[in-house]
Amino acid sequence: MKPLSEGSEWTFELLERYDAEIGRVAAEYGLDTYPNQIEIITSEQMMDAYSSTGMPVFYHHWSFGKQFLNVERSYRRGHMGLAYELVINSNPCIAYLLEENTMTMQALVIAHACYGHNSFFKNNYLFRAWTSADAIVDYLVFARNYIAECEERFGQEAVEEILDSCHALMNYGVDRYRKPPPLSMEEERLRQKERAEYLQTQLNDLWRVTVPTREKSGREASERFPREPEENLLYFIEKNAPLLEPWQREIVRIVRKIGQYLYPQRQTKVMNEGWATFWHYTLLNRLFEEGLVTEGFMLEFLGSHTNVIFQPSYDHPYYNGINPYALGFAMMSDLRRICEQPTEEDRRWFPEIAGSNWLETLDFAMRNFKDESFIAQFLSPRVIRQFKLFSVLDDDSEDQLVITGIHDEEGYRHVRQVFSEQYNLGNLEPDIQVYRVDTRGDRSLTLRHYRHNRRPLGDTTEEVLRHVRRLWGFSVHLESLNPDGRVVETFHCA
Amino acid sequence: MSTIIDRRLNPKNKSAVNRQRFLKRFHAQVRRAVADAVSKRSVTDIDSGEKIRIPARDTAEPEFRHGMGGRREMVHPGNKEFVKGDRIPRPETGTGKRGRRADDSIEGMDDFVFELTREEFLDYFFEDLELPDLVKTQLARDPAQKSVRAGFTSDGAPANLHVLRSLRGALARRTALTSSSLRRKSELERELESLRAACPEDDPRIEDLLKEIEALQRKIDAVPFLDTFDLRYRSRIQVPVPTAQAVMFCLMDVSGSMDQNKKDLAKRFFLLLYLFLRRNYEKTDVIFIRHHTVAQEVDEEAFFHSRESGGTVVSSALNLMRDIIRERYSPREWNIYGAQASDGDNWPEDSGICRSLLCEELMPKLQYYAYLEIENDDSQGLWSEYERVAENWPNFAMRQIHHVSEIYPVFRELFRKQKA
Repeated sequence: MKPLSEGSEWTFELLERYDAEIGRVAAEYGLDTYPNQIEIITSEQMMDAYSSTGMPVFYHHWSFGKQFLNVERSYRRGHMGLAYELVINSNPCIAYLLEENTMTMQALVIAHACYGHNSFFKNNYLFRAWTSADAIVDYLVFARNYIAECEERFGQEAVEEILDSCHALMNYGVDRYRKPPPLSMEEERLRQKERAEYLQTQLNDLWRVTVPTREKSGREASERFPREPEENLLYFIEKNAPLLEPWQREIVRIVRKIGQYLYPQRQTKVMNEGWATFWHYTLLNRLFEEGLVTEGFMLEFLGSHTNVIFQPSYDHPYYNGINPYALGFAMMSDLRRICEQPTEEDRRWFPEIAGSNWLETLDFAMRNFKDESFIAQFLSPRVIRQFKLFSVLDDDSEDQLVITGIHDEEGYRHVRQVFSEQYNLGNLEPDIQVYRVDTRGDRSLTLRHYRHNRRPLGDTTEEVLRHVRRLWGFSVHLESLNPDGRVVETFHCA
Repeated sequence: MSTIIDRRLNPKNKSAVNRQRFLKRFHAQVRRAVADAVSKRSVTDIDSGEKIRIPARDTAEPEFRHGMGGRREMVHPGNKEFVKGDRIPRPETGTGKRGRRADDSIEGMDDFVFELTREEFLDYFFEDLELPDLVKTQLARDPAQKSVRAGFTSDGAPANLHVLRSLRGALARRTALTSSSLRRKSELERELESLRAACPEDDPRIEDLLKEIEALQRKIDAVPFLDTFDLRYRSRIQVPVPTAQAVMFCLMDVSGSMDQNKKDLAKRFFLLLYLFLRRNYEKTDVIFIRHHTVAQEVDEEAFFHSRESGGTVVSSALNLMRDIIRERYSPREWNIYGAQASDGDNWPEDSGICRSLLCEELMPKLQYYAYLEIENDDSQGLWSEYERVAENWPNFAMRQIHHVSEIYPVFRELFRKQKA
């Protein structure tokens, strides 16, 4: 076979040919993808995209300006290279390619984003349940127009205030267990007016009882609202905050919806990047075997591949936690190895997959797991040894740190379990829920923080509470509870 | 199926709106930072962007977070010497967050740093000075450009089409492309005539000739009257307006009574004049003269930051200025501007000398002279003597100020002249 190209310059014809070949090989491996929309952009455009969470359209907010200034500064000073690519979970799947890339890099990016990430977006259960790839771009357009309209009608500052407060609670706008209904811009628009009216009547019902009446009976008075604690703070506020205007509720909803759209990405960093990295590696190696790319191409490709999966150790000056590309790639490759060349150890640890068809096993893993469960299920002793993982216990009642497990027979299970917990968003973010609204009295809202491992709330708490106060409209309390149900710390914002 | 789209020509700067919003939100902080920068900058360096720092806590976007304490178990890579049960001292910053990159420590973790563009920087600088809008745009615009003729080009806007040249070109082209055919045609016609004279009308040779002539005529007709190739457009290019050169004399009293505050005020006064001159002259020299009882030509650093004690003799500075003009800046080649800042102190006998120096020797050579008296409620001899100068010279401006916003009126006449 004659190689597709020799030099490092790319052209649109070459991009098409590479994409066709990579797509063919990907289909041979059974990757199931959305159609691709590959867009070539300049570095300025990449910086623009960067600063609005990678979205092609987004509403305006000062915080994105801050992000932009930051990116621009580090880029201009050469501190940071721009990502080679950005990919959006949409149908068709939009991938941005930087014009400065060489042909090799463009091929790498196409394999990584347009076939790796793309198939992950389309098939992973979290993305399937939580995001509507068909509707997201339309919804973003709707959101931007709606917010721009609000700015015109109610003033930029009023809108900015609401957005600030919503952003502070963005991570608490997600239903962790209920599956949300799919998005659709047309329906959003149609239902929006209806919803506004309906909500207002609902509210009136809820607050009708707040007109002080004589207490009827003790039982009724003690009935709590909401009956069950609510973990989705933004949802609760959107539906129940007494004073919000309909347009303000709509903005709360927009931020909530976008937070929800981003939620699966936060839970699958290792898997998503690992999957994409594994496939760009596998697909391009296949092209090399077929003689479609040159040795020079492979040298350049392997150079940047190696950089991407570099994992500094804990005492390295550049250490900044686990590199999801490195861990994900190692685990995906290891899964294939367990299927193809299982050792005696693998048979003990993974009896059900050792020696199985690797394509089916990887596909199964990609579809049905998130980082936390993926690590709990598939992190092998071999990868633990490869990364020389160890677990450290930092207990503030001890004056020293304790090593609780290392990469040895005794430690594998413990390290794996601790490591998997480390990717549980529920542990990373404080567990805060709506506990009670004083519907008969001062309408105050009480949130509860359920402490896990005695970990207290950080120094931003008061400030976030002020944002909750702004949305709720009345005073807000936050109680921090030990597992035994005792309130150990309280915050107030009147 | 993939679609490949070239988006490079799409508008960039999608974030411009967000950037503006950011600046608007942190208006107060940016303004403070700009004010600091102005005091630190050199006068001739005022016309560029600036790196701005804002305390990170102001720009932070808070979220619920875990605080320090409690029980945390973390996994890290790269174990070398640890075994289970080892106890190690707690690192200062908590586990995991050991190495900070070198650049972070230089910038300081507590600041949000970004670059302001030159336009943005000047905007903030002007804000304090309460300049009229027209003056602002006048100062902020790039050096004046003028569009001049630069011959002709083969493409351009239809409005710039040069008809005469285009037709002349067309004629030349037509001539070049048809001359050989025309020559041949007239030869054939002559031949035809002689044949007709000699032979009957139905001679096959006549028919052949007629056919050949017709073919030539078609070839000639096929050459278009006007081709896009012929079109010529007037070309215009932008060149900087050729302007003369200017020199600006900064005179400042550095005697003990001028404290740093007053000097900062004076600096803005000099800056404004400098910006004005930069816009109007191709080359602007700045001369710094400081004085107490004796005057001295110094560099900018010494001008703004050294402090002397002792009395004040203003005429010493004026004398030095006169000497420098005589030696280096002939009024015939240079536009000379003077700006003097002082707190009004002067030896009583000296003020009269200043007046006569100005009226007789300096003012005839100067374009403009501005005198700024800073934070002095009790005007003395110098002020009243200068008032007499102002009566005689319309290009002499003077003012007492307490705040930066009062600087601009000193230059009002100067800028008004510009507008006209």
